[in-house]
Amino acid sequence: MNIVIIYAVITLSVIGLLSAVILFFIAQKFKVIEDPRIDEVAGLLPGANCGGCGFAGCRNMAENIVKKESTEGYFCPPGGNDTMKAIAAVFGKVAEDKAPMIAVVRCNGTCTNAVNKNEYDGLKSCYFMHNLYSGTNGCPYGCLGCGDCVTACQFDAMYMDDQTGLPVVVQDKCIACGACVKACPRGIIELRNKGKKDRRIFVSCINKEKGAVAKKNCEVACIGCGKCVKECKFEAITMENNLAYINFEKCTLCRKCVESCPTGAIREVNFPERKKKDADTPQEQPANN
Amino acid sequence: MKTFKIGGVHPEENKISAGVAIKNLALPKTAVIPLSQSLGAPSVPIVNKGDKVLTGQLIAQGTSFISSNIHAPVSGTVSKIDDMMDASGYRRKAIIIDVEGDDWVDTIDRSQEIKQEITLSKEEIIACIKNAGIVGLGGATFPTHVKLMVPEGKKAEYLIINAVECEPYLTSDHRIMLEKGEEVMIGIKLLMKALAVEKAFVGIENNKPDAIAHLSQLAEKYSGIKVAALKVKYPQGGEKQLIKALINREVPSGKLPIEVGCVVQNVGTAYAVYEAVQKNKPLIERVVTVTGKAIANPSNFIVRIGTPVSALLEAAGGIPDETGKVINGGPMMGKAVNSTEIPVVKGMSGLVLMPEKEAKRMKVSNCIRCAKCVSACPMGLAPYLIAQTSEIGQEEMAESLRVLDCIECGSCSFTCPSGRPLLENIRMAKNKVGQIIRSRAK
Repeated sequence: MNIVIIYAVITLSVIGLLSAVILFFIAQKFKVIEDPRIDEVAGLLPGANCGGCGFAGCRNMAENIVKKESTEGYFCPPGGNDTMKAIAAVFGKVAEDKAPMIAVVRCNGTCTNAVNKNEYDGLKSCYFMHNLYSGTNGCPYGCLGCGDCVTACQFDAMYMDDQTGLPVVVQDKCIACGACVKACPRGIIELRNKGKKDRRIFVSCINKEKGAVAKKNCEVACIGCGKCVKECKFEAITMENNLAYINFEKCTLCRKCVESCPTGAIREVNFPERKKKDADTPQEQPANN
Repeated sequence: MKTFKIGGVHPEENKISAGVAIKNLALPKTAVIPLSQSLGAPSVPIVNKGDKVLTGQLIAQGTSFISSNIHAPVSGTVSKIDDMMDASGYRRKAIIIDVEGDDWVDTIDRSQEIKQEITLSKEEIIACIKNAGIVGLGGATFPTHVKLMVPEGKKAEYLIINAVECEPYLTSDHRIMLEKGEEVMIGIKLLMKALAVEKAFVGIENNKPDAIAHLSQLAEKYSGIKVAALKVKYPQGGEKQLIKALINREVPSGKLPIEVGCVVQNVGTAYAVYEAVQKNKPLIERVVTVTGKAIANPSNFIVRIGTPVSALLEAAGGIPDETGKVINGGPMMGKAVNSTEIPVVKGMSGLVLMPEKEAKRMKVSNCIRCAKCVSACPMGLAPYLIAQTSEIGQEEMAESLRVLDCIECGSCSFTCPSGRPLLENIRMAKNKVGQIIRSRAK
């Protein structure tokens, strides 16, 4: 009995030893030399794996950065400028500061502004609605209100406002990873400059239809009248396909365009109240957007 | 009696308007003619604003391989070419004609006389069909001339005429068979010549005994045409199901019927082919069923393309109060419309007005794994599983479950005791998988 055990132990030990020797040589032969800096860079990244940088996860981004040995052209939205500086320091470089961005919902077709013309009780998915149905309020560009963007957000930075039926971006939580931008089948959400003192001005409409048609479906649609373009002294506003667009890099936040807009399609966020008594400020504004 | 083997359901038939003869509907004041009325690329308009057009005149041309011509369904002046809402609910390019009188292009033979002899050659028939802008009138609107051009290396053996009309409520094909049987037969003969086939089967479900009797009697005069009665089962009108039922051949996954030597055409298309080839009349009108349980006069109308849907509803007695949905097409595969101002298009086979009670969806509850959807699926798929992969966004898995084989017949949703939106989820997966495949090809 004892002898059997001893034989077994000896046999197994010999097999184990032999395998170890073989594996050692195989490991030498197929050795993968990985840059230790990849681990270092990956350690500096937040590890959210949100995909906001455009890569498949943080490690993938680290690999790409190390390959290029520079942070130029790369940006980690959740990490922000500090993370990028730390990573650049690994290569002895300095990362340029990037202005903080935020997701902006460019539709103000609330239940009162764009009244529902028919009912929808199908699948609650914006993607589905957009591809196989045109929406309830008649606007073929507007928010469908099923919250694909809210589902896509990993940072709990969006919620659907029950009152308006529109998604709201929570300013403090949004890190501009762009997941919602990709999730929106209608391309309503845009990443824009966070702006000085978090103040922003943007056209809250992406309807490219002719003015009369757009206005028929939504009170606050951009009708493409071009008043704002004339008003803007900084050439920040362009008009294309009956739709105004404010270039946030040129915009100086003077608010002239907001006053000139006849439908209230241009929205201002986080500005102090105006001193002049302007009776008609048509849009009610959620605090965070 | 023949039918297809796998799956299938038995929805209530409700063919209320089956006994109502086809009536002509008055011309509309303005006709809106959408430019994308067939599968494939939208047609390109060849008229301008202000042009006078005659009924039957070519107004938009199909330019790519899969696209079709569009003719003026009315005479009058082109008032504008603009974006108008169509059945999808989106605004798309359309030609709008203000109707003035009803002057036809004089080459069109408008007599009721039946022209029997076929004088044209195979190529001439196909050219004629192409020029007339004929598309599959069963609802899929695939350009007919493309179907008739058999790809090289393949050979058509049988022409199969789809006269099943398995959708509940709809009766337009039924009425065409009863009232235009002779013309349909000549149309089938023309299609047979175009395809160079000797045999044609006309598949009719046996809930239309009068149509079966009428066509069988007529078929005696025409060699090679056989009328076959089929057991009632939805979705027998799907071309793959119909081929299986009639000649017991199975179309391979992802392939077209020509793979098993068949070409399937709708019976309404056969009638349109007759008119186009023998009477030189392009596809400018079609038969549309307007029906519903509460509607005053369920009817079958011959309508010019471009007539607003509201005019049809009015002619059938207006929209009853308790209507919940107006469905474009049948209740199984059709889609509720957003507005009644949309125009009639080539692919519109019927309008069904659903009372509010029936239009409402069931409350959705959990999947109980009863596998009713699996046994109902005529394509042998596992709908609950595909729907699940779609819900969790696993499109690759949906692809491996052969989501693209789905014919969107809706049998799974119809049979689900939990009221789950199976078809919708599958449609979404189909859509996404289609995108993935297209991006792979790039």
